[in-house]
Amino acid sequence: MGAYSAWSVFREGLRGGTGWKQAWRTPTPKKHYDVVIIGGGGHGLATAYYLTKNHNITNVAVIEKGWLGGGNTGRNTTVIRSNYFYPESAALYDLSVRLYEGLSRDLNYNVMFSQRGIALLGHSEHDMEILTRQYNAMRLNGIDAELLSAKQVQERAPILNFSENARHPIHGAVNQPRAGTGRHDAVAWGFARAADRAGVDIIQNCEVQDFIMEGGRCIGVATSKGDIKAGVVGAAVAGHSSVLAAKAGYDLPITSYCLQAFVSEPLKPILDTVVTSPAFGTYVSQSDKGGLVIGGGLDRVPSYGQRGNMPVQETVLAGLVEMMPALAKVKLLRHWGGIVDVTPDSSPIIGPSGVDGIFVNCGWGTGGFKAIPAGGYLLAHLLATGEHHEISKPFDRSRFETGRLVDESAASGIPH
Amino acid sequence: MQVFPCPFCGPRNETEFHFAAEAGKVRPDTTQQIGDADWATYLHAQRNEKGTVREVWMHMTCAELFILERDSVTMDVLGSTALRKDAT
Repeated sequence: MGAYSAWSVFREGLRGGTGWKQAWRTPTPKKHYDVVIIGGGGHGLATAYYLTKNHNITNVAVIEKGWLGGGNTGRNTTVIRSNYFYPESAALYDLSVRLYEGLSRDLNYNVMFSQRGIALLGHSEHDMEILTRQYNAMRLNGIDAELLSAKQVQERAPILNFSENARHPIHGAVNQPRAGTGRHDAVAWGFARAADRAGVDIIQNCEVQDFIMEGGRCIGVATSKGDIKAGVVGAAVAGHSSVLAAKAGYDLPITSYCLQAFVSEPLKPILDTVVTSPAFGTYVSQSDKGGLVIGGGLDRVPSYGQRGNMPVQETVLAGLVEMMPALAKVKLLRHWGGIVDVTPDSSPIIGPSGVDGIFVNCGWGTGGFKAIPAGGYLLAHLLATGEHHEISKPFDRSRFETGRLVDESAASGIPH
Repeated sequence: MQVFPCPFCGPRNETEFHFAAEAGKVRPDTTQQIGDADWATYLHAQRNEKGTVREVWMHMTCAELFILERDSVTMDVLGSTALRKDAT
């Protein structure tokens, strides 16, 4: 299986694409692996990749009950950013942004990370004071940021509502220029292909039904394709973290909610940045295909049903039309919901699960996609060494007992 | 729009309701010495079950708290029970 390149695209174009090979194998599970990772989404596949790359551990299986990237990795709004308030969060999410910056080359797979910036809008003088505080925090954390005046926002996104009669007039914004969007499926597929090439077995359509315990330690998993022993187990199953935890016997401070997203019919280019408005509870970007990718707040009802409810749709879309009245007649093409694991402080849980032999990477809430490379990088470090990386230490589950929370509830401007 | 049953007002629009908490959690006796782990469990641990759940909800228009039983996957409502005891 060769590397992808401009030349290979050209060559396959000439011969009708007959030379493309499968991007990853479909192996039969072995009886034993050094590491078994549960969950074949972005975080699980990234964990496998970084185990091979950073720790030279290749006897690894990724077990996925459905298909690769079929959960939240394929259900998000593809925003990548690190505009957080606390230093711990900035270190974590910026690790992710930095890894994303080199990811296409690293994986030999175009993840289409487009650093088009994310503007968080301020709609009053008081909003601008809070945004200035956020700007200062970002700069102190070493994250790129700029404070934009209303005029600068208008130059960048003239489609926004600058009318004097606007329900929430725009006073300015804080922008993170290095933020942007990526191609969500490509992230899962790129990590899968790179991990597979390094020897990782990716086993799809294989559900973990139970954990095999011995002397209080987890030594493997019972799956729909038989028992698989493991030196150590990693769980990265966003949306089902509590279900898996109940099987293994650890508890998590997680509530699962549905988060909805929408994509419009394709339009001519009208917006080349990501715009977020906390006042409306709506954010939007335009994909390369021209569709507007629209997101908002959570459905405020705990849920495992991967579809949303009408009142939240109305709030999000009404907000969009107020932000950009020109879009009032635009039709939606698709709409979907994903189940997100929300923690009390809206920060992830990375570290030992509480059961010996199992490590978790969960609780990313509404922001798991942007964190895929970092989540994988840090879980790989834990699985390989048994110890926290300096960056994942503050996100250990022990913080709920010590009270040292990393409360980022307001960081994105969208309540989560 | 989904219709939820308030035990006092009958079937009403979902927007009138607010999820409060999982049912059945008992606040530890804080007049006694209580460990950090127990307190953290009370504050933060959730059953977060997939399937049938029992929860405390509020019907905001009449401000009554009640138990709502529902399915967290299909969103089917299985029953609602008043928390208030009969005044008589």
